[in-house]
Amino acid sequence: MSLIDFIKQPWPWYVAGPLIGLTVPTLLIIGNKTFGISSSLRHICAACLPGKIPFFNYDWKKEVWNLFFVGGILLGGFIAFLFLQNPEPMIVNPNLSSELATYGITNYDSLVPTEVFNWSSLFTLRGFIMMVVGGFLVGFGTRYAGGCTSGHAIMGLSTLQWPSLVATISFMVGGFIMANLLLPFILKL
Amino acid sequence: MEQHKNIAEDELVVEQKHHEFLTENTDFEMRSLDATCFNESELQHPWWHNFKYAFVGLLFGILFVKAEVVSWFRIQEMFRLQSFHMYGIIGSAVVVGIISVWLIKKFKIKTIYGEPIEFVDKKFNKGQIYGGLLFGLGWAVTGACPGPLFAQIGSGATVITVTLLSAIAGTWVYGKFREQLPH
Repeated sequence: MSLIDFIKQPWPWYVAGPLIGLTVPTLLIIGNKTFGISSSLRHICAACLPGKIPFFNYDWKKEVWNLFFVGGILLGGFIAFLFLQNPEPMIVNPNLSSELATYGITNYDSLVPTEVFNWSSLFTLRGFIMMVVGGFLVGFGTRYAGGCTSGHAIMGLSTLQWPSLVATISFMVGGFIMANLLLPFILKL
Repeated sequence: MEQHKNIAEDELVVEQKHHEFLTENTDFEMRSLDATCFNESELQHPWWHNFKYAFVGLLFGILFVKAEVVSWFRIQEMFRLQSFHMYGIIGSAVVVGIISVWLIKKFKIKTIYGEPIEFVDKKFNKGQIYGGLLFGLGWAVTGACPGPLFAQIGSGATVITVTLLSAIAGTWVYGKFREQLPH
């Protein structure tokens, strides 16, 4: 097996998790930056549409490193897609695939279910709720909570901040409610 | 001899400047709502220094895709307790993060520019609960947190651009109504 073929396989959690954890000291050591991604959304607001809102009137240019960081993530996703893509469909828990089949989701070739996340379903009720309303909740919720999975669950817990533990538990509770109680109804739409 | 003295003086200046930033900045409450706005470097660098963060981001994006962290299906498995994968990733990332931060504190490790690395405690506010719950709902329905949104777009799901724009709109609306919301 060549190195590229080796890389192309899905990476196990015990490789990916520690590497994500190492981002924390890497960003601190190369420039005293605390890991956090949702802030980039705030910087984009501050740069593009600050209005007369105090929350967006700050020197966003000082935080421009964060925009370079997310630009890198975008490019990294593109490189992985072009050169390192796993040729096999994703293997998921059979209980999940049989449940999703009842909503017409059977394609596991992409990272997102293409039956839901595509341009034409954007104008259906199901697609609108999942992409537009979902995205709004991600942006509004992370800023309200003061961080996302990177800022609170990884960086916050790494520095033993108890408010971050509260936030992380809230993220999980919200996720359990959506996935188990609300999403079945949304997927049926 | 003279040169040695100068270097020592320069280090002192950097040290003082940094502490001054930490003691004189009284805006922590506002700043602590934002994960990146504290503990920042006081040094000025040319703009192209930011490419090192782009490079870390690039590796991070590859990692996100290859470990399927950005997969909607893996997020569903996590919230249905059908797979250990995401728990293993988040758990081991936090353990590695805790050990790294502990080592940085214990050995007073400095940045590559010689600046001290300091940490500021986060303050609790109820927004972490309300906002956290709302974000959790969004996380499970989109299958993405803010970082994975960027990686999903990169990996060919172009329609996620709409989700990202909506997330930016959500952030803006929060900023607009921040004063009226319970914290």
